Amino acid sequence: MNGQLIRVGWTAMALIIALIVGTTYWQTWARPGLASRQDNEIQRVAEFQVRRGLILAPGRVLAKNRIVKRNGRKLYFRRYPQGRLAVHVVGYSTVSRARAGLEKSLNGVLTGTERNLGGLVERQLDEARGKPIVGDTVVTTLDLHGQQVALQQLGRTCGAVAAIDPRDGRLLVMASSPSYNPNLVENDFGAISKITARCRPAAPLVNRASQGLYPPGSTFKVVTASAALESNRFTPASEFDDPGYCIAYGKRVNNFDTSRPFGRLSLATALKYSVNSVFCNMGKALGAKRILDQAKKFGFYERPPLETPDGERYPSGLYDKGELWYPKRNSDVDAGRMAFGQERMLVTPLQMAMVAGAIGNAGILMRPYVVDRIVSPRGTTVSKTEPERMDRPVGPVNARDIANMMVSAVQGGTGTAAQISGYRIGGKTGTAETGVAGQNTTWFIAFAGLPGKRPQVAIAVALERQSLTGGATAAPIARAVMEALLEPRANP
Amino acid sequence: MSARNRELATLLLAGLVASTAFASAWISGLATVDYGWLPWAALLGGIFLVAHVVARWTVPDADPTLLPLVALISAIGLVFVYRIEPGDGRRQLVWIAVGVAAFALVLFWLRYDYRVLERYKYVFGISAIVLLMLPSVPGLGQRVNGVKLWVDIGPLRFQPGEIAKIFLVIFLAGYLRDKREALARGRLKDFGPLLAIWGAAMLVLVQTSDLGSALLNFGIFLAMVYAATGRLSFVLAGLALFAGGSALLYDSLSRVQQRVTVWLQPWTDEKVHCSINGLLEYRQNCDSYQLVKSLYSIANGGYGGTGIGRGTFETVDGTPLIPYLQTDFVYSAIAQELGLIGAAAVLLLFLALVARGMRVALVAHDGFSKLLAAGLTFGFALQTFIIVGGVLRIVPLTGITLPFVSYGGSSVVSNFVMLALLLLVSHRAVRTAPT
Repeated sequence: MNGQLIRVGWTAMALIIALIVGTTYWQTWARPGLASRQDNEIQRVAEFQVRRGLILAPGRVLAKNRIVKRNGRKLYFRRYPQGRLAVHVVGYSTVSRARAGLEKSLNGVLTGTERNLGGLVERQLDEARGKPIVGDTVVTTLDLHGQQVALQQLGRTCGAVAAIDPRDGRLLVMASSPSYNPNLVENDFGAISKITARCRPAAPLVNRASQGLYPPGSTFKVVTASAALESNRFTPASEFDDPGYCIAYGKRVNNFDTSRPFGRLSLATALKYSVNSVFCNMGKALGAKRILDQAKKFGFYERPPLETPDGERYPSGLYDKGELWYPKRNSDVDAGRMAFGQERMLVTPLQMAMVAGAIGNAGILMRPYVVDRIVSPRGTTVSKTEPERMDRPVGPVNARDIANMMVSAVQGGTGTAAQISGYRIGGKTGTAETGVAGQNTTWFIAFAGLPGKRPQVAIAVALERQSLTGGATAAPIARAVMEALLEPRANP
Repeated sequence: MSARNRELATLLLAGLVASTAFASAWISGLATVDYGWLPWAALLGGIFLVAHVVARWTVPDADPTLLPLVALISAIGLVFVYRIEPGDGRRQLVWIAVGVAAFALVLFWLRYDYRVLERYKYVFGISAIVLLMLPSVPGLGQRVNGVKLWVDIGPLRFQPGEIAKIFLVIFLAGYLRDKREALARGRLKDFGPLLAIWGAAMLVLVQTSDLGSALLNFGIFLAMVYAATGRLSFVLAGLALFAGGSALLYDSLSRVQQRVTVWLQPWTDEKVHCSINGLLEYRQNCDSYQLVKSLYSIANGGYGGTGIGRGTFETVDGTPLIPYLQTDFVYSAIAQELGLIGAAAVLLLFLALVARGMRVALVAHDGFSKLLAAGLTFGFALQTFIIVGGVLRIVPLTGITLPFVSYGGSSVVSNFVMLALLLLVSHRAVRTAPT
């Protein structure tokens, strides 16, 4: 009988060995996959046992920790002392609704998992000693005073303000209205979904400054003008005839005000007064692709670079059936219409701030960033963001010429509401008509600085559901925010 | 060194390891150095010293590794049951004491010749079936989590299946020793009682809808038939019969169906029918919730584990993550806190126990002893495989206990009885060895 017994014995032992193999599979091979699953609450608990790094703005704390003891465990929950002020950049980190904003995209930094070797060893030692892991602190470039003024100015209007320092690309303001209080996300999300504003749905969670896709209206003329000058076929002095309208694809396209055609005028004057017919004809002469290629140099057709999550930044460009779309042939697009910001062109305020900034900054487009530096728990700077040139969409002479046209638009053209005494401001208004009265999207993009110096601020303001023009609605908001940024005072 | 002295030395070594485990569970809970764990270690050590003394008296020549292995396995089990639910830990300690008492009782009762059991093989066979049917008796049986496994007698609740398993092994050992030549020749009429057992197993499966213990008992049955006859075709025929029977009954056994679905596809990307609330849910949030959470727990252990007392078994808001952690799912707690190294070590303890048990079967002289030891050992291995394999998604998950580790009185006591029988066989084999 012993032969059979030995075989039964081997079978029994094989059963146990299969268990060792199975355990090995789950604990090594399958481990990363399981750890990244959304419903894995063990990972969630581990994340909340980490003392997350703070998120700061100069002189202000945007996100800190609240310690809760549960079953002998210390858990760190988030608290946002500034409430709704910077929520669209900072985001939130919660149990019930995961994460958004910098809390999401910089989770690795804030939990100390993305560190160099020395930092990782330290982290392991802390873990072995049973000490909480402490994440790195993120210092942002946001100007909270400007942020506050922007939200105040927007009020109950749906829209957004984006402002950068065009000299280095620092993001100064990213305000989206309606905003919401991130402290409510965990336990009172219902209150957020009840937020109303002058648009429906109010969608407070959406960051309209980088997720809001709006028709650019006449602000796009800055891009068309850049393409025109860069093509060497036009100069600021190029002369045009304005009959008050332009024929595009056999259809009449009117100026904003058809009652008063300008007659013979220069390109510079056309931008100052935002004359559609001139840009329409120029667009037809240039062709859609040349204008779009110029737009690409400004950063269109790519997500604007910023440290917020990819999903919270949309690329600007032509959209067809909800998808970003680039034409195969020039004839696929109505270049005349596109030249003054109609057609299927959709842009974000952040992108338009980049356009205004590049023009003001002698044609140099700096890569926008919101994280100034990352600081270890011991106070040493782990990394500091170095300003980086993204592209040079326009040559210095052409940039100067367009900047001068924009300055004259503020001095005596469509954007006079944006004047601030003592500063040199160049701007462009935009009013994208949707065909329904009171439903226009209005714009103002601008750069501002001391006379004779490089501009310190570039801004874009977009407002939904407006009945007046960009010069009347968006320009005053841009002016107030620029003033707050140009004349820093004590923190709010 | 004599067998019992070696046993004592190994036992002390096991005690050292167990004390470390107790200390680390205790200290990690308090976060300060404390000696509150000492009484636990001392009590458990005392209980196993008693077992050792009884063994020294009744079975001095028995295998010296079995008792220390069981002691270490039950100590690790106790640490984890305590760590998960201190109240259950205290009760488990009492059950281990009761188990050792049963162990001592069996050793004293059968110390001259356990082979008297063979004489009553039919009594054991019938009792086994009666015990298996007991939970289905109206008024007696208690349905817990959809499975009828428990019987309430007064304030005591016990699982007759655990005892039935031992009775079944005794019956089969006796019957097969008698009939093995006839069976090997393939005489059909001798298959009568065996077919009756098969029928009973299927009946029990339908009655209790407990796939786990049906699988266990049937597996033991097949292994013993093979050991007795050496005919692999019987095993294959038996497996075919079991599979055929299950397939026929599959449609009427919704519980079994559900277990198989969960096993095949625990995660779904779309919402599917949830058998708990009847709504559409992701399967991982409904039917396979337990399995999936337990897999997360195991995976979280990694190579080295989180350390005893440092694993995560609660959600952020403090509610328990895995239901029945200290019973069916105790292995996923062990795997998380001890990691691959520790969990593999625990499984190697089981492997060593299986190997030693099979060795007892090999050195025994008579057919009854061989079959008894082999049946008990194989049952031990198969039970471990069914529950841990279920937790690891190697086989469909069915709730049975992990021997000597899971919290549960009937299981602990019956496993100690099994240990006593193995020691008896081993002692006799050495004592009567022809030199």
